[in-house]
Formats: sequence, structure tokens, C-alpha cells
Amino acid sequence: MKLPSHGPWMDTFGEHGDVVVSSRARLARNLTDFPFVNRADEAQHAEILQFVRSLPLCEQSDWRWIELADLDRRERRLLLERHLVSQEFIERDVPRAVGIGHADRLSVMVNEEDHLRMQALVPGCDLAEAWRLVASVDGRLEQVADLAVHPRWGYLTACPTNVGTAVRFSVMAHLPALRLTNEVERLKRAAIALDVAVRGFYGEGSDSSGEFYQLSNQVTLGLSEVDLLEKFSTEIVPRIVAYERMAREMLLDRNRLGLEDRIHRALGLLRSARLLTTEEAMKNLSRLRLGTVVGLLDEVDLATIHRLFLAVQPAHLLQEHPDLVATAGSSERNGEDVRIRERRASIVRSALA
Amino acid sequence: MKQQCDKCDREAEVHEIDPIQGTAIHLCREHAQAAGFDVPSATPMANVLGGLGSMQVQITTERRGPSACPGCGLEFARFRKTGLLGCPKCYDTFAAQLESIIPRSQNGADAHVGHVAQRSSDIVDRQARRRSILAELERAVAAEQYERAARLRDQLQTLGSEPGESA
Repeated sequence: MKLPSHGPWMDTFGEHGDVVVSSRARLARNLTDFPFVNRADEAQHAEILQFVRSLPLCEQSDWRWIELADLDRRERRLLLERHLVSQEFIERDVPRAVGIGHADRLSVMVNEEDHLRMQALVPGCDLAEAWRLVASVDGRLEQVADLAVHPRWGYLTACPTNVGTAVRFSVMAHLPALRLTNEVERLKRAAIALDVAVRGFYGEGSDSSGEFYQLSNQVTLGLSEVDLLEKFSTEIVPRIVAYERMAREMLLDRNRLGLEDRIHRALGLLRSARLLTTEEAMKNLSRLRLGTVVGLLDEVDLATIHRLFLAVQPAHLLQEHPDLVATAGSSERNGEDVRIRERRASIVRSALA
Repeated sequence: MKQQCDKCDREAEVHEIDPIQGTAIHLCREHAQAAGFDVPSATPMANVLGGLGSMQVQITTERRGPSACPGCGLEFARFRKTGLLGCPKCYDTFAAQLESIIPRSQNGADAHVGHVAQRSSDIVDRQARRRSILAELERAVAAEQYERAARLRDQLQTLGSEPGESA
């Protein structure tokens, strides 16, 4: 059997929506008057933070600043699970804050690796919209701050691999078929040749939870922002999407029954389990998503699956179920408490009932 | 087995880890010199060991250029370890080394062609203007044209100090 080139999921989730779940554009900026974050002292970190917080970066009424120092571990993790901040951002105790606005699509990290890391994250495959959003904040920033720019290297960054435009475009791609056909290693090798970085669900240094991979441009110099956007959107993303679709077709062609069995076993497990870890939930939800987008599973809709991907994350679970918070703190050393795994299983069961 | 140079068939004598890419660089004497490494002239010991065939000879090398940034005190050795520069001025301090490091991570690209912030482009223009006046000033002094040199010095003062310099 061949997959139709245009599946029903596309109507709901836009072009490439069967593979790409979200799109992101990120800009790194540094102020001229301070050393980079790794060489600045605590007083300078505080001064940078205070200065950036005073800038009119966003006019939206929901724009707000959150200081890292005011957050406990669970709240920090919540920001990470929403992809509003990086893993690196929540791990070090430098004076840091994140500005969030535009219905949580926009975030500005202060004192991460660079003075400012500004990103826009939008659902589906829409890098142009992500770029438009982040560029509008950059436009405001450059009116009111002196940014470190070099006549030859462009925008200067702490890590010289980010210089030039200092922009990264990335998509979060769901690649379960490439994983099932053991093609991910080949994808990674091909990505190197295309100057594309392949990372895990939470970016640098994270694993590919739920068979999600973050793919981003490596080159930031020698092409304008618009050319980089164009190249990434029209050359890189379609190739990766086509590769995953090919693997899906191959699975359906060669072993449709086997694939159907895997998908329905995943559904059976999620509908029956009494205890679930995050990893187990993510892995099996990934199978459901695959089943839904290739048309082998019609009883669960994508919106429910997407909602569960977030709801099973540890910090989100505790956010929705504050009665478990005391439990979480006491047992971290011995892995996740049984009551948390029990609650996760029960949430998943009732959503899929 | 002898390690071959990344750029030719000769035996590599310089072995380094690229701090950015985390990959190993192996270069023969000639290509190492071309890439800006200070390769010591052939040492008798290296020749002896080289003759043994099976052993790799590690030559300690040092890149040309200053070892610490006057802007932030960062030493190049530390940059090699962390992959992070310390301040905007580091890009000028370690210009010779970055000249080869940056294009390697950028698919060969060696200059920015995208957007530049309006305020910053003024600064960039000012930096370029400042450099050309400085060069003229040097020539004027060398030619003992002191009146001209004084005029150029006044122009420099009007332009102000370079961003990143302590005012």
C-alpha cells in the first residue's frame, strides 16, 4: 500500500504537520558594554539583568518577567517542559530571568550563554511566523540597546559558532518510523552533510523522548537571515519530512500487520497500565501518534495525544495535581514515587477511555 | 599506524582538538604552519621516534598572537577548553586564530552578510573610520607631517573611544 501524498492530518495541522509539531526561531544578542556571561561577575550579571528587564521589548499585555531565583526546581522544570527555556538556563544559579509573552510563544532568556537569547516557538511547520515574531522583538531591542556587532563577523556571541546572524531555525520533528527502521543514525550522518544539528526533545544534551528530534541549522554566517530561513524551510525540512514519510510507507508496505499490532499494543498498554513512567508514556504515545497520522488508528485524535505528551511530563503532572508535590520531594533519590506513576497512568487511561 | 595529514598524504605532526567542533585536527608541518601553528623546527628526538614508525609524536604547539584578552583577561588556552570567548574584544584579540576557526564551523563562510542593527551599524562605520584615520596618522607621523598628524588626532577624538574600551 502507498500512503496518499496528502493525509487528512494535514488539514488540521498544516503542511508537514504529520511530522513537524512545532517551529522555532532563536536569536542570540550581546550588549557591547559587558563581558559575555561566562566572564562577567555576579554584579555585572545583576546589572545586565536589570538593564534588559527595563527595556520595552514587547507591547503585549501578557508580557511578564520571571526571575529564576524565585522558582523552585519543579517550577524551573515546568518552563523547560514548555520549551520556554533551555536545560542550561535552569541548571546554573547565575542571576537570570526569562521574559514571556505572545500567549507563551515568545521568550527572552537573560544571562544564558549570551546576554539575550530570544526565541519564538509556534505550533506546526511555520518558521516564517516564528521568525516574524522574534525579529519584531529584535527590532525593538536594537532601538534601545548597543549590541555587540563586528564589521566582519556580524553579531558577536560567546561561542564563535553562533556569529553572523546569530539565528537558529529549528523544527521539532516526530520521527517514529525512522526510529523503528533503525534509520536515525543514517539521518544523523546525512544531517552533518546538510549542516543540520539533530538534538533531543529538550534541545542540546537531551534524549529523543517520544521519538521527537529537534533539527536546526548549524551555519549562521555568510547568508542573510531571510536566506537561511528560505534554505531551512524549503531545502532541509521537506527532505527530513520526506525521509520519515518514506520510512512510514516502507513499514506499511512490508509489515502493515506488524505495525498495526505495535500501535494497538501501545493503545492497550496505555489504556490498562496502573503505573507509568514518563518515558514509557512518551514511547507509547509516540506509537499512537504514528498510528493516527498513517490512518491505522482512528479512535484517538491528535489533539488528545498532543495534550498528553505535555500532561505526562513530571512538572506538568505536579502542576495539575498539587496534592502530589510533597510526595515528589521526598523520594527523588529512589526514582519517581509510585503515587506519581500511578496518577500518570490514571490520567492517560481516562483520556483514552 | 601513522596519522595522515587532514589536507595531504604526508604524516601529521601536529595533533590538536578543535575546541568548537570537538573533533581532532591532524596536520603535517607545512599545513600546520599555513594554519597559523608555531611548529618548532624539526627536533632530533622527533626524528628518532618518527623513525620507529609505530609511535605518534606529539609536538606541543602554540598559536600565534597574544595569549590573553586585554578586554576580559580570557586566555586562549581557556577558550580551547570551554569553546567560549569572554567579551566582544576577544574577537579582535584572537583575530588570527578565529580567522581559521570560524569558517571551519560555518561551511567556509568568512563574513557576515545579514542584518545589522541601525545603532550598531553606526558603531561599525565609526570603527572602520577610526581604523582608517589611525593608519593615516601612522603614515603622517612616519613622514614627519606633524600638522597633518595633529588634525587627524583631533578627528579621532571627535569619533570617541571604541565600544568595549573602558571609557
